Amino acid sequence: MESIIVLWANVRAEWVKLRSVRSTLWALAITMAITVGLSALFCSTRVARWDRMGRGAQLIFEPIGFSLNGIFLSQLAIGVLGVLVMTSEYGTGQIRATFAATPTRGTVLLAKMKVFFLASLVVGEISSFAAFFLGQAILSSKSSASLTDPGALRAVLGGGLYLAGIGIFGLGLGVILRRTAGAIAVLVASVMILPQLVELLPSPWNDDISKYLPSPAGQTLFHITSTRPSLSTGVGLFVFLAYPLGACLIGWVLLRTRDA
Amino acid sequence: MIETTELTKRYGDKLAVDHLTMSIPSGQVTGFLGPNGAGKSTTMRMILDLDSPTSGSAKVNGRRYRDIRFPLHEVGSLLEAKSVHPARTARGHLQWLADSNRIPRKRVDEVLELVGLSAVAKKRAGGFSLGMGQRLGIAAAMLGDPQTLLLDEPVNGLDPEGIVWVRSFLRSLAAEGRTVLVSSHLMSEMALTADHLIVIGAGRLISQGSVADVVAGSSSSHVLVRTPEVSRLMSVLTAEGAEVSTDVDHALRIRKVSIERIGQLAADNAVVLHELSPQAASLEQAFMELTHDSGEYQTELKPPPPPSTTSAGGPN
Repeated sequence: MESIIVLWANVRAEWVKLRSVRSTLWALAITMAITVGLSALFCSTRVARWDRMGRGAQLIFEPIGFSLNGIFLSQLAIGVLGVLVMTSEYGTGQIRATFAATPTRGTVLLAKMKVFFLASLVVGEISSFAAFFLGQAILSSKSSASLTDPGALRAVLGGGLYLAGIGIFGLGLGVILRRTAGAIAVLVASVMILPQLVELLPSPWNDDISKYLPSPAGQTLFHITSTRPSLSTGVGLFVFLAYPLGACLIGWVLLRTRDA
Repeated sequence: MIETTELTKRYGDKLAVDHLTMSIPSGQVTGFLGPNGAGKSTTMRMILDLDSPTSGSAKVNGRRYRDIRFPLHEVGSLLEAKSVHPARTARGHLQWLADSNRIPRKRVDEVLELVGLSAVAKKRAGGFSLGMGQRLGIAAAMLGDPQTLLLDEPVNGLDPEGIVWVRSFLRSLAAEGRTVLVSSHLMSEMALTADHLIVIGAGRLISQGSVADVVAGSSSSHVLVRTPEVSRLMSVLTAEGAEVSTDVDHALRIRKVSIERIGQLAADNAVVLHELSPQAASLEQAFMELTHDSGEYQTELKPPPPPSTTSAGGPN
């Protein structure tokens, strides 16, 4: 009971922190703009080239996941914001004020996770739904889907959840590494560079390892079909969430023992 | 009441704080003195549970800091480094702090008023001068109206106006009967504001007591005597166990014998005295003497280079 009261007070404090810095609004707006903007770009170029695609390619075209592919870039904006939620406190020395106000550091981390997860989930879902509807509207003359199609709603909701998950992953990396540059480097490496490197391994190692990495595992949330061997959506969700939660767990262990 | 017991912090092979046992009395301003690098900030961070001690413990009002549920109501702190996000406004900074400890929002405006920052409440803290930043830090410390305050070098880098403001603020806290631990390496500041002193050097406790005690304990405190019969008085005094050094102009500086005893001895032996006066050391002298061997970086005081006798080759 006692700790719930402290947690709730800290949730309020973290909410004030998040919205009282202008860069938060920018990062969330950029996340939304990239997700929706790239959907429009991808879908309209696909429409323009539709007749030049082969019949086979037209048949396997899957419009739901296709309209959500902007997430592959916008995840960086939300991930970096997650990193900054933690590292900006270390960089400015504010972390000492935070921990002097709330010495139970796990409570602070939990409050940050809660607030940032909710904020990025809301922004992620809005982005995902907007990207879907705009993409389908553009694709409608060729091959489009509706939200009532099998798997469509799950994929669109999954896209928002994926963004929130990457945000929390960034937050966790920020707790572990404490420095903005280092945490962003690890974030970019694990969601963008690592999959490319694993690709270079001899088969079947590349496919066996690749599907357990954060972005291929998380991709199962918002894609319906896959051209590569991948996990099922259920297993993919489990594997994907292990990254943000694992990073936060390691961060929590470090936080307890480290000097602020 | 703040107490530390055998508090120790080791960084690698360097002992920053070395088995420090001290108690800071309630309702007084305690000056926490020591040269730079003596371990003052580390000690304060350990009291606040920001750094964990290698061994030993620190308690505030009988409890570990981390066991206080909403500590801002009990302990306010201002640490040496700025701990404010530069993009946040003064009010924004105080608001999240208030929320984290369930302090009513109206208290934010009260403390802004208290430190004189109401006019810049909506300005970003990043644009604040050092003095304004320090005022914001003090506003944050006062947010929960705490009975105990820990202030690390609150006058460091302030201009005279800021120093006067902090000084009068500390006095008003003392007048309200709050417990204040204020660290400084500036003696003169402590002489004006503190009731009680704790002097540390190289992480170790050197002296602890009232300002008067610390000054009296200094060997710079002595009795000055002037007499035309220097050698006769000297032999009488040394027989009494006094430590006597001669000075110019028939003056003697005497330690280890009270001024009353010196007067009595002079009268008993019919020695004429021209002067008999107590020479109290300044807090500054006492401090220099106490911490002489513990400074982290010591330099011999060198006389200034003699003025050049040849004229410098100027352009004209």
